[in-house]
Amino acid sequence: MDTLNILLIGFISIVIVNNLVLTKFLGICPYLGVSGRIDMAFGMGMAVTFVVTLSGTLTWMIDNWVLMELGLEVTRYICFILVIAGAVQLVEMYVRKFFPSLYESFGIFLPLITTNCAILGLCLFINLWGIDNLLEAVVLSFGAGIGFTMAICIMAGIRENMNLVDVPECLKGAPITLITAGLLTLAFMGFAGMIR
Amino acid sequence: MASESTKSPILGQTFMAGIWRENPVFRLLLGMCPTLAVTAAVKPALTMGISVIFVLVCSNIVVSLMRDLLKPHLRILMFTLTIATFVTIADLFLKAFQPEMSETLGPYVPLIIVNCIIICRAEACASKNGLVVSIVDAVGMGVGFTLTLCVLAGIREILSTGAVWETPILPTGFVPWAAMRMPVGAFITLGLMLGLVNVVSRKKS
Repeated sequence: MDTLNILLIGFISIVIVNNLVLTKFLGICPYLGVSGRIDMAFGMGMAVTFVVTLSGTLTWMIDNWVLMELGLEVTRYICFILVIAGAVQLVEMYVRKFFPSLYESFGIFLPLITTNCAILGLCLFINLWGIDNLLEAVVLSFGAGIGFTMAICIMAGIRENMNLVDVPECLKGAPITLITAGLLTLAFMGFAGMIR
Repeated sequence: MASESTKSPILGQTFMAGIWRENPVFRLLLGMCPTLAVTAAVKPALTMGISVIFVLVCSNIVVSLMRDLLKPHLRILMFTLTIATFVTIADLFLKAFQPEMSETLGPYVPLIIVNCIIICRAEACASKNGLVVSIVDAVGMGVGFTLTLCVLAGIREILSTGAVWETPILPTGFVPWAAMRMPVGAFITLGLMLGLVNVVSRKKS
């Protein structure tokens, strides 16, 4: 029961309270770039969720069972980025084979998941927070993906409505998106202090 | 010699492009994560900028030297591995000589690996141009990035604490805006600055 409690709290904390996009500024590029339409945003979120779960788990295993055993922590960043690039390659091949239409609409953004800071950031945070339990690492990675999907979908919903709004000429495009994101983080700050 | 004299204005243009015309943050919207995350105060922003300049110059040199050996499908992987190596060096250096700064910046130093600016310059400039152009381009882009970071950090630090570089400059009656230190301040300041840059550049043209 205790383990379940810790896992549940960890999950809620990373989805809502410590959301990677809204409080840690990770994954801002796709957050601003792909959030034009809800269906694209959701697809992107799902792809990121898959990659982040896979790479979060794998990097935890490599870090704890290989690098720390052998005293090779210096090569940590290089190993992490290799694992992530491999996971993205896997997702790309899978999507191209089974969902060709989705693959077409993603275009350049799919390989760019490699350079999505949310993924490397999560692997580094798991290491930084000193998570010493494989199950917890898996749950946190999955939660981070869900949190990203949630944030990008909310943003896409707002932007779809914003197309109809009269925005000052000089703020059109990226500036107004950033300001909206700022107000969104303000809303999410209400959850701060709920856990830890 | 004639080619030398025609070369230098081009180099100057390449350098200046990074600072204003193709400023990585304002114009290309690259490297947003560190821009927003480390700009709560000027000191970490400057440290971050210098680390980015170091990594950018080194990786541009290496990529430019091996540009003939690159295979198209392994290109991005080679770039990332090169960058990861130099970021490890920068991170270890900061840990050894600036331990406090390293603590403040936390995971954002290793996150330079996935900073889009560096991959973008490796792809758009260093893999196509010679050594000199690549270095000048890297320095220009790096300085442009650092300047932007410092301006943003300056605004946020003044409004959130009334100080710059930890030296108070505003009169004592000033009430600090706590929100500027938080994520909200970062997003909204950057949004307004982008708007301002749009206005200025439209006036110019």
